[in-house]
Amino acid sequence: MRKKSAARHLAAFFVLLAGIAVCLLLNISIGSVKIPFFDVFRILAGDGADGIDGRIVWEIRLPRAIAAMELGGALALSGYLLQTFFHNPIAGPFVLGVSSGAKMAVSLVLVFFAGGAAKISAAALVGAAFAGAMASMGFVLLMSRKVDSMAMLVVSGVMIGYICSAITELVVTFAEDAEIVNLHDWSRGSFSGVTWENTAAMTCVTAFASAAAFLLAKPLSAYQLGESYARNLGVDIRLLRAAMVLLSSVLSACAVAYAGPVSFLGMAVPHLVKALFGTAKPILMIPACFLGGSAFCLFCDLLARNLLAPTEVSISTVTAVFGAPVVLWVMVERRRDGGA
Amino acid sequence: MGYYFYTEKMSVGYQMRPLIEKIQIGLEKGEILTLIGPNGAGKSTVLKSIARQIKMVAGAAYIGGGSIGRMSGAELSRKMAVVFTERLRAELMSCGDVVATGRYPYTGKFGILSKKDARAVEEAMELVQVGGIRDLDFAKASDGQRQRVMLARAICQEPEVLVLDEPTSYLDVRYKLEFLSALQRMREKKGLTVIMSLHELDLAARVSDKILCLNGKYAEKFGPPEEVFADGYVGKLFGISKGSFEDGSGGVELEAPRGEAQVFVIAGGGSGRNAYRRLQREGTAFASGILFENDLDYPVAKALAAECIAARAFEPVPEETVRRAMRAVDGCRKVVCCRESFGTYEAANERLLLYAKSQGKEIARA
Repeated sequence: MRKKSAARHLAAFFVLLAGIAVCLLLNISIGSVKIPFFDVFRILAGDGADGIDGRIVWEIRLPRAIAAMELGGALALSGYLLQTFFHNPIAGPFVLGVSSGAKMAVSLVLVFFAGGAAKISAAALVGAAFAGAMASMGFVLLMSRKVDSMAMLVVSGVMIGYICSAITELVVTFAEDAEIVNLHDWSRGSFSGVTWENTAAMTCVTAFASAAAFLLAKPLSAYQLGESYARNLGVDIRLLRAAMVLLSSVLSACAVAYAGPVSFLGMAVPHLVKALFGTAKPILMIPACFLGGSAFCLFCDLLARNLLAPTEVSISTVTAVFGAPVVLWVMVERRRDGGA
Repeated sequence: MGYYFYTEKMSVGYQMRPLIEKIQIGLEKGEILTLIGPNGAGKSTVLKSIARQIKMVAGAAYIGGGSIGRMSGAELSRKMAVVFTERLRAELMSCGDVVATGRYPYTGKFGILSKKDARAVEEAMELVQVGGIRDLDFAKASDGQRQRVMLARAICQEPEVLVLDEPTSYLDVRYKLEFLSALQRMREKKGLTVIMSLHELDLAARVSDKILCLNGKYAEKFGPPEEVFADGYVGKLFGISKGSFEDGSGGVELEAPRGEAQVFVIAGGGSGRNAYRRLQREGTAFASGILFENDLDYPVAKALAAECIAARAFEPVPEETVRRAMRAVDGCRKVVCCRESFGTYEAANERLLLYAKSQGKEIARA
């Protein structure tokens, strides 16, 4: 049995990696300009990077695909941390309003401080998103002290999300006439226009935060059992909770700063990954959620770009179509198991 | 203080407001302490304070001379394991996985189990006889299995002190007994000291070396079960007014029927208990006798009968007692005889039956 589950985990990791590889290739190859697979490999090997195809691959599609990979992973991991934190299977950065808070803060900064120009530094952007995420998170934490039903917690998160979105809409409409071209697209969620500088910055943030999360795997495994049991095992609950809030906020803030809000991904992916692995152990879940988020996000971005080409669908539209049913599935499953 | 586990003026409560003050406990290594008391008396609060789940209001508790309050989390986790009433969350975990979480204090940075850890898990599961359900989903296990898995988990944490909050509440009688036997085995094998709360007073009286009685305001009594289960103290502790608690057996009887005795029960040797209880259910007040004070029927009759006519054990029944019984028969409309035949030392009861017949009372056999 031990060996069997180890084999299953190995196979599952292989599935995720293969999924990422295939989606990555498709993302680079398919688009308004079709680039055959063979050419993609040739260009990636450094041959013909200066041609039109080469520039499309290197300057547009590859950074975008990498961004989708990293941010998808970041969101899924953020969702996993939030679900663990609240012991709530339908928690996630979008559902709890954390994404919307980050979105609001970023749009405020963009409109009022940068005059709408995209010249704002990456650090300031992520910083603003982080502040917004923490503000929403703080509110949700306050609510979680008052309400102990997980449905109510999610409802309060959704309400916070609505408030933040309303403010964002207001700001965006108000600033529409000016030079803010991308703000509207961004506020609906999109990976378009990602540059190499962007990817470098997000790589730093996600790599650091994900590594930190991985180091928490052991205390998280105790925390999952419930707080009193974790405390008995010698876990410093307060410190761990603070780290979880911080890391999940950083991860979702980073995603929002560069891609805007991406709905349901953070909530849905952990469940799909759990079902694939047949376990909820953090030491497996943390890397697996990241990889699963990457694959899922690449796949959704592929659809977002090509479904109604040349018009691009917002990424949230696609993730919602695939993610929202997962929420329903989880709720039905829970009901069946008799848990609430 | 030569005790292995002891408390010094320990006061416990919530939000630093003391609920129970100045609790003094002293246990030798390997002793089993049981907390008893009515609902809401503070049993869980005391256990949680000892396990450092809630902050002690004042005073301290010590294990092997070290203050629990001053230990690091890691240190305490190797000395004390807990099983609380609140459910352990175990998403997608097998029973074996749950037990393995007890190894947490001994694993490395990433919590990977070593061969030694795996062996400890196996041993613990064998000890409480859950080795066969290692691969069963914890969520699908029965309450009894779950409780024993939780005990195995606590055991493989290799603690010196085990804190258990109502560990037997979900178990049927067979598993209750198996659970307590497992505790005794652990005590024998590893010198484990156990601190727990139980609602089953009969079990508490049998398994505990020491008992701490809590009444919601203070720790009323601390001592061996023979001191606690004596002189009707337990009935007072729980404020029993409807019915009664019997110290010797730990058994209970319902409220005695009110009014004058209608029926006289001739009993002895345990033959009358069922008749008494049937009359209690019917709500018929009765008198019973003549019972020796060491008779099996005696405690039940004392609890249920309107009048219980008893004689000192190992002595002949005095004439005065027989006359008192006859007067009681006179007051009743019916006599129930539970004895099929009368032995040499039951001559008094035989006389009583003959007397009842001569008085024309309705005689029934039980």
